[in-house]
Amino acid sequence: MATYSLTTPLTSEDTKQLKAGDTVLLNGTIFTARDAAHSRLVALIEEGKELPFDLEGSVIYFVGPTPPKPGDPIGSAGPTTSYRMDSFSPTMLKNGSKGMIGKGGRSQEVKDACVAYDGIYFGATGGAGALLGKQIKSAEVIAYPELGPEAVRKITVEDFPVTVVNDTEGNDLYQMGREQYEVKN
Amino acid sequence: MREIEFDVVVKAVRDMIMHCGTDLPQDTYDALEQAMEDEKSPVSKEVIRQLLENANIAKDEKRPLCQDTGLAVFFVNVGEEVRINGGLLRDAINQGTEQGYTDGFLRASTCEPFSRLNLKDTVGYNLPAIIHFDIVKGDKIDIEYAAKGGGSENVSRARVFPPAAGKDGIVNYVKEVISDAGGNPCPPITVGVGIGGTFEKAVISSKHALFRDLETTNPDPEMAELEERMLTEINNLGIGAMGMGGTKTALAVHIEANPCHIASLPVSVNVQCHSSRHTHITI
Repeated sequence: MATYSLTTPLTSEDTKQLKAGDTVLLNGTIFTARDAAHSRLVALIEEGKELPFDLEGSVIYFVGPTPPKPGDPIGSAGPTTSYRMDSFSPTMLKNGSKGMIGKGGRSQEVKDACVAYDGIYFGATGGAGALLGKQIKSAEVIAYPELGPEAVRKITVEDFPVTVVNDTEGNDLYQMGREQYEVKN
Repeated sequence: MREIEFDVVVKAVRDMIMHCGTDLPQDTYDALEQAMEDEKSPVSKEVIRQLLENANIAKDEKRPLCQDTGLAVFFVNVGEEVRINGGLLRDAINQGTEQGYTDGFLRASTCEPFSRLNLKDTVGYNLPAIIHFDIVKGDKIDIEYAAKGGGSENVSRARVFPPAAGKDGIVNYVKEVISDAGGNPCPPITVGVGIGGTFEKAVISSKHALFRDLETTNPDPEMAELEERMLTEINNLGIGAMGMGGTKTALAVHIEANPCHIASLPVSVNVQCHSSRHTHITI
């Protein structure tokens, strides 16, 4: 299991070297979107309309942060559970997005889309919102402000720690890890 | 009849919400430290190390432990010899909740079920709080509070079994719920199991079981043994911290059992994430 430092936007060259279980420190711009924002973004794609940001090489972070304290760019900002985005993620990957950050398992369709479009599903530590929020150096709402914590934010991260869960070869860290430690009766 | 001022309750609730948002309770912190020591998987060990570091940062810098600062859930025991001066107890708890979430910069996660919009705005208005009242002897008010996150709530389930299902049926059901949940509820989790009563009694009992300090066991030896058995079987699933694979999937299993109908064996499984933010005060 290797450790990489990568800067967004990601390319296929970046993503294809990563294997389930690798640690990655992400740098650069990433975009936040949860349930409601995904629903709107995918509707725009299906209608052939322009998105509020360029999907090519983008990394999408499934997060709804707490309100920032005065002087901070953002509040606590750990990942939300990813399966709720399963119906949207293949469309995002097909249209150029290269990475997702969340927590918890994904559907077979998402794993297949990672293989087909050189995408990576990264896991961040759920519930480590204070720690992860500190790695976010700037944040700006760029779409859907009425959604509050679910608005789309453009954020800049430094050494944001994530683990490769689903890689471009179809491996799944959750399955691998569980098989290794399961005690069968 | 003892009188308690409305504003005293508001302030007490506000303070406990703000404290719980940033300061992981000692029992939870201790349980995570123990879990880090016991965990066999280096990947899960590292996750738990991050959780402890996160707790230290949150406490020192007064940042929310998690962006999911939960729905505010209360169990309130009201002494029969006490009354609130200046308003309703329910209103005081809701007002304290609003103040706590606003002043603590905590996320208001409450929304309407279909529009998905917050009922007012997204800072502070985490209302209505979920409040369970009971009347008890005495002239005090005891307020138990927990911040209940969505990820762990989403994997919770309840079912009414036929009595013949027995302990084995319940253990298998709990295992099935946790196995299906995998890493989604942010393990290492606490598992609240409500057994018996009616359907809703089992559910509320499973919620209340999560308010108990993590190191405690059920006072009934039979239930304590069942808690231990469930904990072992859950940890044998191999899910590990955040589902990365490991030997510590749960920190504790807490059972609350009630007498039930001769035809029924209700069971409810309510899950709390590793960030078990709970506390209580007596006024």
